[in-house]
Amino acid sequence: MSKLEYRAMQELKYRSGQIDRRTFVRSLLATGVALPSALSLAGQVAASTPKSGGRFRMGLGHGSTTDTLDSATSENHFTLVNGYTFGNHLTEVSNTGELIPELAESFESDDAQKWVFNLRQGVEFHNGKTMTSEDVVASYNHHMGEDSTSAAKGLLTQVKSLKADGKNKVIFELENPNADFPFIVSDYHISIRPAGDMASGVGTGGYILQSFEPGVKSVLKKNPNYWKEGKAHFDEVELISIIDPTARQNALTSGDIDAMDRVDLKTVNLFKRNKDIYIWDATGTAHYTFPMRLSVAPFDNYDLRMALKWSIKRQELVDKILLGYGAIGNDHPISTANRYHNAELPQREFDADKAAYHYKKSGHSGKIQLSAADAAFAGAVDAAQLMAASAAEAGMEIEVIREPKDGYWSNVWNNDAKGWCACYWGGRPTEDWMFSAAYTDDTEWNDTAWKTTDAAVKFNKLVKEARAELDDNKRRELYYECQRLIYDDGGTICPIFNSYVSANSKAIATDENIAANWDSDGAKCVERWWFA
Amino acid sequence: MHPVLQTVLGRLGLGLATLFVVSLIIFSAIEMLPGDFGQAILGQAATEETVAAFRRELGLDEPPYVRYLQWVGGAIQGDLGTSFSGRNASGTDRSREVIDLIAPRLWNTLFLASVTAIIAVPVSLFLGITSALYRNSVYDRTINTTTLTTISFPEFFVAYILILLLASLYPIFPSLANVDASTPLSERLYRSALPAFTLTLVIVAHMMRMTRAAIINLLASPYIQMARLSGASQTEVILKHALPNAWAPIATVIAFNLAYLVVGVVVVEVVFVYPGVGQLMVDAVTSRDIPVVQGCALIFAVTYILLNLIADIIGIITNPRLLHPK
Repeated sequence: MSKLEYRAMQELKYRSGQIDRRTFVRSLLATGVALPSALSLAGQVAASTPKSGGRFRMGLGHGSTTDTLDSATSENHFTLVNGYTFGNHLTEVSNTGELIPELAESFESDDAQKWVFNLRQGVEFHNGKTMTSEDVVASYNHHMGEDSTSAAKGLLTQVKSLKADGKNKVIFELENPNADFPFIVSDYHISIRPAGDMASGVGTGGYILQSFEPGVKSVLKKNPNYWKEGKAHFDEVELISIIDPTARQNALTSGDIDAMDRVDLKTVNLFKRNKDIYIWDATGTAHYTFPMRLSVAPFDNYDLRMALKWSIKRQELVDKILLGYGAIGNDHPISTANRYHNAELPQREFDADKAAYHYKKSGHSGKIQLSAADAAFAGAVDAAQLMAASAAEAGMEIEVIREPKDGYWSNVWNNDAKGWCACYWGGRPTEDWMFSAAYTDDTEWNDTAWKTTDAAVKFNKLVKEARAELDDNKRRELYYECQRLIYDDGGTICPIFNSYVSANSKAIATDENIAANWDSDGAKCVERWWFA
Repeated sequence: MHPVLQTVLGRLGLGLATLFVVSLIIFSAIEMLPGDFGQAILGQAATEETVAAFRRELGLDEPPYVRYLQWVGGAIQGDLGTSFSGRNASGTDRSREVIDLIAPRLWNTLFLASVTAIIAVPVSLFLGITSALYRNSVYDRTINTTTLTTISFPEFFVAYILILLLASLYPIFPSLANVDASTPLSERLYRSALPAFTLTLVIVAHMMRMTRAAIINLLASPYIQMARLSGASQTEVILKHALPNAWAPIATVIAFNLAYLVVGVVVVEVVFVYPGVGQLMVDAVTSRDIPVVQGCALIFAVTYILLNLIADIIGIITNPRLLHPK
């Protein structure tokens, strides 16, 4: 046995409690590790070993008195975290971004059109009932009924039929092949609840709901029968809605909560000085865009779009608007957190010459209007001003129009009355999902109206092809090409990906990988974190 | 009939008339709110048909006067209707009665208002009387400057300063006041301490200065000079002769501030995450949950009218001329 193997073995024993700290440190010393490093190594190992217990209090920047326990109406981050805490789904996105089975033990498909999910056996709901295929079917029908107003209804229109095959198997028949369907079922809306009880908050999750006051707080306690191993470490959980960022930060500073989301970027540098907390951030799929509508002149002109795409100082936007908490984008919506992010596309930078060249070629003259309001994202108006300043360097004149916040999404965004505006997207876990939300020709949210150019037609064809493709390499090729088409011909300017910035008390320990598919460790922090 | 009883009944009648007018104003103001609940809750998924179906289901397609009569008729019987939210999603109706939504929040608000009043009213009376007693002294000036300073700052600023001092630097009180129905009284008091202090600092100046001004005003009256000439000490003059005649204006201003504590503390609620009725109303306005907005507004109106009525009655009872008319 080599020294390294011996160390690893001792570490395992220490983690599992077979040997104590003293023995562990001594064994490290014996293999030639110096005392200070041995001690810090022991500390690291101890910190990364989940411990049970404690009351976890989290302050969340969302929550409203209209919130419910019905996952069909989940729309804000409070309901997301709450839902993931007491409920499970067929699949889950792990903290490393992989899709793993959750209540489904496994899933398979030969043609991406018929999907079979084999359910985990012996999983109990909080009310003692054993979960079967009947509950899964009922939970899905809850979102699919004719008069369902579930927010997941649109996602599930692709399901032609759904039936139980015995107690432990569910078969989905789709309208068209979709290789990403297992990702869709991890969506936070589609929580598995006992048949006939979709709204009272009974689930299979790691915590049992004790009380829920909409817009105020949710109190949960550990589920002693939780089926998932090595998860859900806290004894009690209190999720508190604290909308005001200053109040949230005060509460964390004074120890009234242990963790919070959405740190105020304006004060993050002061906040960081506090020795009892740490700030962490995760760059996920969320991004800010400036969609140009191809249905409105002058944005139907390829060269004008190109000129604007070359006239943006992306790093400046990250530094000034996101205060460094983000990454630059490359004019397509697929982030590095996605599976098939096309890293081969050259990064577009500010280039006054190229911008001026395309601008001249476009033949446009005069002001170009850009509508913005902070309803799009915090700092949208400032970002628009910065873009106007850099475009001026390339000889273009952008007029920033400050729009009212109220009604921004109905009167400004995705509206032919305004050719160019600011927008944000929470992002989607898969390429297909993101494209079909905002870029294909059949979605209402196609805010660039990019539908009829040759590239757009090709894009739509490729997206459909990729959806039905199960071969990983072929899908990669198709999605790379899709990203290139948006990058080149598309109407969107996607200059920045914003990070989720959160703060935890030093008492909270997490795995070294933190999920980026949603804020708060994929909104599953409550079952993933523990008290160090 | 006793003249006091007669006046009280008269005022009560006037109060009811005011309430009727207020209910009309509330209803028409909400009619004028832009946007509708169907669109607000369905969001970007709202198509014309779904919104129309939603409006039908909620009875929003009825003409305004019918809805007004239904609402007022229900409210008289103590039924404020059913909240709009929670009515969607596959036909199951999980909406809550407005009264069930408001009651726990209103109880929290009344609790905070009472705690604040219990601190603020005696303190302002004491400060007002003593500063009248030692008029223009250093004491008087200090009290005036301090209270004027605290009233001049916006509430959230006072709140943040208190949090900084009493929750962060010297952690004596919690910065979160998130009480719920199961919180025991002692814990509830402890958690509500900072919001109560904040509100005290905000309202003391008004009440204290009114007390002081009312008393000083009277000190110039001939009957006070008479009392002085008959050898009464300054303390005696103020407590025995001036104060009894000053109760009416003091009661009015106290009532005004108490009403403010019930209806106007949403900023303090947000900063301290206190689940009061103000936050509920703001949420309801955002989501266009009309029954809840109307219910809250009506309760606020009743609070104002009742407190002013009480102030009036106190004014009458403490004024011998009104109590024993010729």
